[in-house]
Amino acid sequence: MPSDTTLTPATIPAPPVESRRAPISVVGPVAWMRANLFSGWLSTAITLALGYLIITRLISFVDWAFINAIWSVPVNATNQPDTSACRAARGVGACWAVVTEKHRFILFGTYPFEEHWRPALACVIFVALYIVSAMRRFWRKELALIWIAALTAIGVLMWGGVLGMPFVPQERWGGLPITLILSTFGLAFAFPLAIMVALGRRSRMPAIKAICVLYVELIRGVPLISLLFMASVMFPLFLPEGMNIDKLLRAQIAIILFAGAYLAEVVRAGLQALPKGQYEAADALGLSYWNKTGFIILPQALRMVIPPLVNTFIGFFKDTSLVLIIGIFDLLTAGKTAIVEPAWQGFGVEVYITIGLIYFVFCFAMSKYSQGLETELNQHRRR
Amino acid sequence: MSDATADPRFKRTAPRRPLKLSWSDERVRSIFWQVLVVGILVAIIWWLVANTQRNLEVRRIATGWGFLQREAGLPIAEHLIDYSPTDNYLRALMVGVLNTLKVAVVGIILATIIGTLIGIARLSKNWLVSKIAGIYVEVIRDLPLLLQLLFWYTILQGLPGPRQALNPVDGVFLSNRGLLLPWIQWEGAHTAALLAALVGFVLTWMYGDLMRAKQMQDGQPRRVWPVGLLLILGGPIAVWALLGAPFKPDVPSLQGFNFRGGMLMSPEYFALLVGLVTYTAGFIAEIVRAGIQSVQHGQWEAAQALGLKPGVVLKQIVLPQALRVIVPPMTSQYLNITKNSSLAVAIGYQDIVSIANTTLNQTGQAIEGIAIIMAVYLSISLSISLFMNWYNAKIALVER
Repeated sequence: MPSDTTLTPATIPAPPVESRRAPISVVGPVAWMRANLFSGWLSTAITLALGYLIITRLISFVDWAFINAIWSVPVNATNQPDTSACRAARGVGACWAVVTEKHRFILFGTYPFEEHWRPALACVIFVALYIVSAMRRFWRKELALIWIAALTAIGVLMWGGVLGMPFVPQERWGGLPITLILSTFGLAFAFPLAIMVALGRRSRMPAIKAICVLYVELIRGVPLISLLFMASVMFPLFLPEGMNIDKLLRAQIAIILFAGAYLAEVVRAGLQALPKGQYEAADALGLSYWNKTGFIILPQALRMVIPPLVNTFIGFFKDTSLVLIIGIFDLLTAGKTAIVEPAWQGFGVEVYITIGLIYFVFCFAMSKYSQGLETELNQHRRR
Repeated sequence: MSDATADPRFKRTAPRRPLKLSWSDERVRSIFWQVLVVGILVAIIWWLVANTQRNLEVRRIATGWGFLQREAGLPIAEHLIDYSPTDNYLRALMVGVLNTLKVAVVGIILATIIGTLIGIARLSKNWLVSKIAGIYVEVIRDLPLLLQLLFWYTILQGLPGPRQALNPVDGVFLSNRGLLLPWIQWEGAHTAALLAALVGFVLTWMYGDLMRAKQMQDGQPRRVWPVGLLLILGGPIAVWALLGAPFKPDVPSLQGFNFRGGMLMSPEYFALLVGLVTYTAGFIAEIVRAGIQSVQHGQWEAAQALGLKPGVVLKQIVLPQALRVIVPPMTSQYLNITKNSSLAVAIGYQDIVSIANTTLNQTGQAIEGIAIIMAVYLSISLSISLFMNWYNAKIALVER
């Protein structure tokens, strides 16, 4: 039969068809823009208006900050910087010359000029210390030794008096090292204090609990400035005659006490979040209080609160700038002092932008680190 | 853990053991440690107090609160109540407290509004809007507040003088003397109208409660807003009209080298307010975003499936759940604004810290000065905490 020999169309193997791309309105940049920028008339209007605003602002900012900016100024006959070019460009271009001229002062304050490599090296050690502490590979007991070694090295560098480095009194220190010293030493001492206070607040001994509650609530109820004022004007009255503590150390103590109260609340949150079974299991094993706390409770509780802890650290790093009010020479004070000079008066915006960038780099790094850590530590909770 | 189980079958308490005078008895150890810690603390405080008394004697510093009645002699530029340098310190400090409250209250209101808007913008479906809000939050939170305040203050000081003042809208002037806004000449009728609005607000609240109670009985929803509108707007307008409807606009104008009329916001106040609001708004935005995201999408869908209108869904379903997450951290932001307003001292706005600081420099009575600052902030913090705790308890989830 002929019909048997001829092949029906259904049985003819179809020639392979090229897989077609999805239409341009579904994938790709055009689709993305339609979904995210122009999804409706309101969205489109907002996008256009905002886009126009951003572009014009950006152009004028680039004009001000780069194209019309003045990067350095000549020195006049009396060896003073001649800022007339900057004054002429006022409002049109930035005067970065103030930063070029004053950057050593802003960074290191009144530290002897030829010894500036020492605070610079101290800053590098600080940053290295932060990076090492941020790596989980180093999260063990030896980290405490690294901290002690690094902080000692920084102390030796800053004070000098040994290894052929001339002695530099604390009153001459200034700028970025002071900011880093206040925040790092502050946290290094506030953290153990905070753990003790948090444990004390959860203690079953009423007297100890009352003391811890009083401390935390009292400190958290008042602004840091009042504590700094206390450190600068009231503290000298507390000490016996003849005994005098340096202003920087007094401010440092105020910051430690302040940070301790806030960190204690973060740690307490971790202690409370830990399931009760952990406490009971440790009790059932017959562990002593300190064994239970050190081996079972704290390792888990602290791990849970690392992200909020880092956020609190960021807060304190920023808050150290408040020492400006009691006249300690940190980064912000140095910047503010740099523009007091008549020649540079009125160029505060440029200096503050520069200082802001320095603060931003530190805080942004910490905040990104905290976010990364949070996702990493929460991985087991995700399905 | 004595109360580890709530099972009623295990209500029996552990047998009381007699107190044994031995280190192995937990109670003995607990008493020992408490006595030790309290003892050390008392010893330290006693030592500090003794030192302080000796130092005060040696330096011939007066103590006590007598200085409050003395003439202050310090000029204060901004005061909400009448004040002149011949008034006493107590009055000067009161002016300071009011100045602190002035910036804190306005700051809290503005930061809440702006922060909420930015928080919602971060969740916008428009990529550009959410990206800009995200960048704003990230940048503003990573810069010290004091730096921002100094920055704003520098910018305000760099503005042109009154004669070349920026004049964006008719009647609004921005110069290095501050921000001038048109205002009205305030009279008794306006205060009365304001009070009437307050009364109307309370009455509306009570009326709303009453209507809700009725709805609970018969299931019929009732409109509250027409009566509320009448009470909140109609009442004050009637009071104002009855008292002669005074309305004299007070528009600022340039006369000679300075402005006349209008309401002046000093550069110090303006910089402090802008700095506090932009800074705190960044934090509030994150809180609002987290609160909205904490309400699961299923809640929206379930409410829509019930046939509720979008406005009702937001008001009755989503907001009550989001607020539970939002309110506690918001409380600490409000406390932060109040405490951060103390940075005013750095840019010369005369708040309580600045005035108490001048007082303690003039009188030399450091202890009293700092005690005043701390007492003021502790009481403000406590009031905000109490109010927010009350509010939080009101909106908290009612569980069985």
